[in-house]
Amino acid sequence: MKPAAFTYHRARSVSGAVGLLAELGDDAKVIAGGQSLVAMMNFRLARPEHLIDIARIPGLDTIVREGDALRVGALVTHHAVETADLGPDFRVLSEAMRWVGHLPIRTRGTVGGSIAHADATAEWCLLAVLLDARIVVEGPAGRRSIPAEEFFQGVFTTALEPDELIVEVEFPRPAPRATLTEFAERQGDFAIVAAAVDPDAPRVVLGGVAQVPLRVPAAEAVLAAGVAVAEVGEAAAAAIDVRDEPGASAHYRRALTRTLVTRACEEARTR
Amino acid sequence: MTREPRFDRTGRWVGASVPRREDPRLLAGRGRFVDDIALPRMLHAQFVRSTIAHGRIVAVDLGEVRAVPGVVAAFTAADLALGDITALLDRPPHEFVPTAMPVLALEKVRYVGEPVAIVVATDPYAAEDGVEAAVVEYEDLDPVVTDTAALADGAPLVHAEAPRNTLVDVSLFATEGIDDVFAQAPCVVRVRTKTGRQNALPLETRGVVAAWDDRDEQLHVQTNTQVPHQVRTVLAGCVGLHEKQVRVTVPDMGGGFGQKCVVGREEIATAAAALRLRRPVKWIEDRRDALTAAFLAREQRYDVRAAFDAEGRILGLDADVVCDMGAYSCYPFTAGIEPLMASAEMPSVYQVPAYRVRGRAVTTNKAPTAPYRGVSRPQYVMVVERLMERAARELGIDPVEIRRRNLITVFPYTGVNRITYDPGSYRESLDLCEQVLHDEGWYDVRARAVREGRVIGIGYSCFSERTGYGSGAFAQRKMQVVPGFDISEIRMDVSGTVSVTTGTMSHGQSHETTMAQIVADRLGLDIARIKIVQGDTDRITYGWGSFASRSITIGGSAVAAASGKLGEQLREIAAHLLDADVDATELDGDGGVRLRDDPARRLSFAELADVAYLRAHLLPKGIGPGLTASASFDVAGDGTFSNATHGVVVELDPGTGGVQILRYVCVEDCGVAIHPQVVEGQCRGGIAQGIAGALFEQVTYDDAGQPLAPSLMEYKVPTAAEIPDVAIHHLETPCAFTANGAKGAGEGGTIGAPAAVLNAVNDALRDTGVELDDTPIARETVHRALESALENAHV
Ligand SMILES: Cc1cc2nc3c(=O)[nH]c(=O)nc-3n(C[C@H](O)[C@H](O)[C@H](O)COP(=O)(O)OP(=O)(O)OC[C@H]3O[C@@H](n4cnc5c(N)ncnc54)[C@H](O)[C@@H]3O)c2cc1C
Repeated sequence: MKPAAFTYHRARSVSGAVGLLAELGDDAKVIAGGQSLVAMMNFRLARPEHLIDIARIPGLDTIVREGDALRVGALVTHHAVETADLGPDFRVLSEAMRWVGHLPIRTRGTVGGSIAHADATAEWCLLAVLLDARIVVEGPAGRRSIPAEEFFQGVFTTALEPDELIVEVEFPRPAPRATLTEFAERQGDFAIVAAAVDPDAPRVVLGGVAQVPLRVPAAEAVLAAGVAVAEVGEAAAAAIDVRDEPGASAHYRRALTRTLVTRACEEARTR
Repeated sequence: MTREPRFDRTGRWVGASVPRREDPRLLAGRGRFVDDIALPRMLHAQFVRSTIAHGRIVAVDLGEVRAVPGVVAAFTAADLALGDITALLDRPPHEFVPTAMPVLALEKVRYVGEPVAIVVATDPYAAEDGVEAAVVEYEDLDPVVTDTAALADGAPLVHAEAPRNTLVDVSLFATEGIDDVFAQAPCVVRVRTKTGRQNALPLETRGVVAAWDDRDEQLHVQTNTQVPHQVRTVLAGCVGLHEKQVRVTVPDMGGGFGQKCVVGREEIATAAAALRLRRPVKWIEDRRDALTAAFLAREQRYDVRAAFDAEGRILGLDADVVCDMGAYSCYPFTAGIEPLMASAEMPSVYQVPAYRVRGRAVTTNKAPTAPYRGVSRPQYVMVVERLMERAARELGIDPVEIRRRNLITVFPYTGVNRITYDPGSYRESLDLCEQVLHDEGWYDVRARAVREGRVIGIGYSCFSERTGYGSGAFAQRKMQVVPGFDISEIRMDVSGTVSVTTGTMSHGQSHETTMAQIVADRLGLDIARIKIVQGDTDRITYGWGSFASRSITIGGSAVAAASGKLGEQLREIAAHLLDADVDATELDGDGGVRLRDDPARRLSFAELADVAYLRAHLLPKGIGPGLTASASFDVAGDGTFSNATHGVVVELDPGTGGVQILRYVCVEDCGVAIHPQVVEGQCRGGIAQGIAGALFEQVTYDDAGQPLAPSLMEYKVPTAAEIPDVAIHHLETPCAFTANGAKGAGEGGTIGAPAAVLNAVNDALRDTGVELDDTPIARETVHRALESALENAHV
C-alpha cells in the first residue's frame, strides 16, 4: 500500500496549476485534500506520474454570500462548511457534512475534490444537483460554468476536461427547507442510499441508486402537489431502476429510497 | 450496584486501579513499537503474494525484480531453502491429518495472498515496486471456497494428503442412550447457524525487524508476537540455527487478540533474509495484507439439537460443528483449535446430562486461521443461548427463567464433558443483570414500544470463560507442543529494587502494572521499585506467552511464587543480622523486614541487599551471595472459570433494517480483579469485538476465492459511533488456586456479546415469525423480516 513513484509539483495559482495540467497532460493529477486520491494511489489503482498540489493556492478557500447565491471555493473543507454559519438559507450544506466520513477526513477533504471525484453517493454531488449548483472550472481557454446536472456523467466521470481545474461551486438560490438523510451500517461510510429533498424547488435527488446523483422528476411532481410525504417516498421508490447487487438487493434499495425520501420530506416540512 | 468484595485482601496494591505504569510513555506517544525501530543499514521487505486461490506454481521469475532501483535482493522458497512450519496433534490419522505450512509457497499456492517470494529493498516503496515486477506463472486449480464445497463429493483437494479436505474429525463425547433421550423428550429444538469469517484486526498490524549480530553471534528478531519463545523455536528450526543463536524480543504491541499467538510465515522469511544478507531487514504488514493474508478466524457452521423436558430442563445436546480453517494448520495449535474448543466446552454453564458432538476442521483456499479472542466460545455460546430462548418460547417459559432452571449452581460441578467447573456466580450474575434492566425501566420501554410503533427487544447471554489452561488441559487436547505452565525469576539489585521476569507477553493488557501489583503485595514493596521483564528470550528461561486468558492466572501465580521465595530469603538474612529467629520476622509492607514483636528493629531491603552483594561475608552460613529466586506455576485441574451475564436492549428500524443498541449491561465475575479498571477495559474491548461479529464484520470472498474486503471500507469494523457505552457490574468469586484469587478476564466480553445481541434482535422480531441465527446479521435481512410482518398484519 505504497504509491508508485511520482513527481510532486506545488501550484501557486490557478493559472499555474492549469498551465502544469496542460503541459504534463494525462500523466498529471491534481491533489487537494488527498482523501480519495491517496487511497487509490496506495492501492496503485491510480498511478499519476505527476501530482499537482493545489492545496496552497490562495483565494480558493472562501465561502462568500453574493445576493441570493453562495459561492464556495474549491479548497473549502467539509469541516469548514460544517462549522460555518451559513444562515437559514444554506443550513442544509452545514448539516449534511456530518454524513461525510469522519472528522479527520472532513478536516482535509475539499468541496472541489468531492465534486471532481464524483462518487454517486457523495453528499456534495447530491447537494450540487439538489440546489442547481454551477461548477465553475478554469482551463487554458479561461473559465466556464457547468450546471451540476450536466457535470456528472457516469461512474467517476464528469464534464471536467483533463486540463481544467474546479475553482468554485456556486449555489444560486437559497434552500431554507432543503434536507439530506441517508443510511449506512456505520456512521461515516458512503451511504447505501442517500436522499435529499428541497420542497421549494421542488427537487428530489438520490444517491446510491444510479451511476450519478439522480433527480427523480416523478417524485418531485408528487412533492410539488403537497400530498402526504409517504407518497413522495413511494413515487421515488417506484421511479428508480436498480438491480440486485452483493450487499443490497434492488428490493432493499427501493425500500431504503422509500424510507429516506419520506424522512427527508418529513424533516423538510418541519421547517 | 457493585457488591462488596468478599475476598480478604492483605496487601494494598492488588485490587486498586493504580495509574498504569505503561501510560506515561504510551499516552505521550513515546512507546516503542516495531515500526519505530530503525537500525543502521536497515532494509525493507515486502512479499510477492499469490494472486489466485489455488494453483500449481509453474515458474517464479524474479529477474525483473532485482533490476528495480532500490531492490537489494529477492528470494523464492527455493533460494532460501527453509524448513516448514508444522503443527501436530497426537491423534490417529482418521482424527487428524498433519499438513506442513512452507514459509514461502514452493509447489502450490492455496490462498490469495499466500507469500511466494520476499523482496528486500532500501525503502518500502522500492520493495513494493519490486513486488510489482515479479512474474509468477501458475497452473490454475479449482478453488475450494466454502466448507460445504470442501466436504462435497469429488471436491478438489487443498492438501493431497487430506481426503475430503478434512484436517480434524473428532467425536469427543457420545453419551450412551442419547438417541432415546431425544426420541422421548417432550421438546426438541434445533439451531443451525453459520458464523462469518472474521479478522482479529489488531490496530498494529504484524511486523518484524531482524538483524544478525556478529558480536553476539545471534540473529536478533524484534517482532510483535504474543509467543516469543515459540517464534524462537520455529525460527531456529526453519533456518538451522541453535536456539542460543536466536534472540526474540518484543517491543510495545498494539494488540494481538490471538492473531499474533501463532508463528507467522513472514516473520520467519524476514529473519531468514536478514541472516542471508547480513543486514537488518524490517517488514511491516500493510492493512491490505492484514485484511487478506493474515490469520483469520471464526467461520463455523453448527447444527445443534437440544432436548428439554416439559419444565424446561435440558436433557441433552447433540451437535455437529464444522470449522472452516482455511489453507493451513497454525503453529502450535493446529487446525484443531476451533473444533476441539467447541467440542470440549459446548455444554457451557448448564447442567447437561447427555451430550454428543462431532467437531471437524476443514481446509479451504482461504487465508489460514489462528485462535481469536474467545476461540469458538462466541459461536457455541450463541448457539446454546439461542437454543435456550427457542425452548423457552416453545414451552412458554420466560427466557430468563429457563436459564435459571438449567444453570450450574452447585460447585465444583463435573460436567458430561468431564470438565470440573470451579465455583462461580452463574445464577447471581443472571439475577443481577435482569434486575438492572428492570430497574432501569427497559422492560417498560419494551412493553410501550409496541404501542408507539417502535421495535425493541431484550436479549441475554450467560456464559463462562475457562481460563488458566494448564499443561494438563492442553494435553487433553492432544497437542504435541503442550503449553500451560509459566516460570518467573526475580532479582533484587544492590539498591533493593527488583526486576521480575514473566513468560507471558503483554500485547496491550497492562501486565507491567498488574504483575507489579502482585509482586508489590508479596514483597511489601512500592510498585515504583518493581520492574517487569517480558518478551526477551535471552532474559526469560521459557514462556508460553499470552493467550487464552492465562497471564494473570498462571503468569501472575508464578510471579507471586517467585516473589514469595525472595521474601523468605530477605527474612532469613534479616533474622541473622538482627540476631532473631526467622519466624520472629515479617515483611513490613514498606520495603523492609522487621521483628514482629519489636517493629522498631527493622532492616530495609536496601540494607539487606547491601549485605547480600557488597558485604557478603556478613551473610548467614548456608546462604550464598546475591538475591534471586525462581518459581514456576502450573494448573493441575481443569483451570478456573470466569463467568458473566450480558443483557442487551436493541431497537430495530423498520424503514431501514437498522440495528441500534440502546443499552448494554455486563455483570462479570473474574474472581479478584487485580486492577478493576484494566478488567473493565478488557470487558469493553471484548464486547466491541463481539458486537462486531454479531452485526458488522465479515471477511468475504467471491466464487474464485478472491477476497472481497481488502480495505476497511469493505471490512466493516465498527467505530466508536456504533459501539454503545457498556455498564459493567462486578461480582467476585475468588479462584481457590491462583495467587490472589484471580481468574482470567481477557476474552469474556467477546464470548458473551454475539449471543446477547442476537437474542435481543430476535426478541425484537418476536412477532414476525422470523428467527435469525447467522452472523453477522445483515440489515437487509432485518428489514425484510419486519417488512413481511407488516404486510401480513395488513392482510
Ligand atoms: C474513510 C473515508 C470515508 C469517506 N466517506 C465519505 C463520505 O461518506 N462521503 C463523501 O462524500 N466522501 C467521503 N470520503 C471522501 C472525502 O470526502 C474526500 O475528501 C473527497 O471525496 C475528495 O476530496 P479531496 O479534497 O480529498 O480530493 P483528493 O483526494 O485530493 O482528489 C480527489 C479527486 O479529485 C481531483 N481533484 C481534487 N480537487 C480538484 C479540483 N479543484 N479540480 C479538479 N480536480 C480536482 C483529484 O485529481 C482526484 O482525482 C471519505 C474518505 C475516506 C478516506
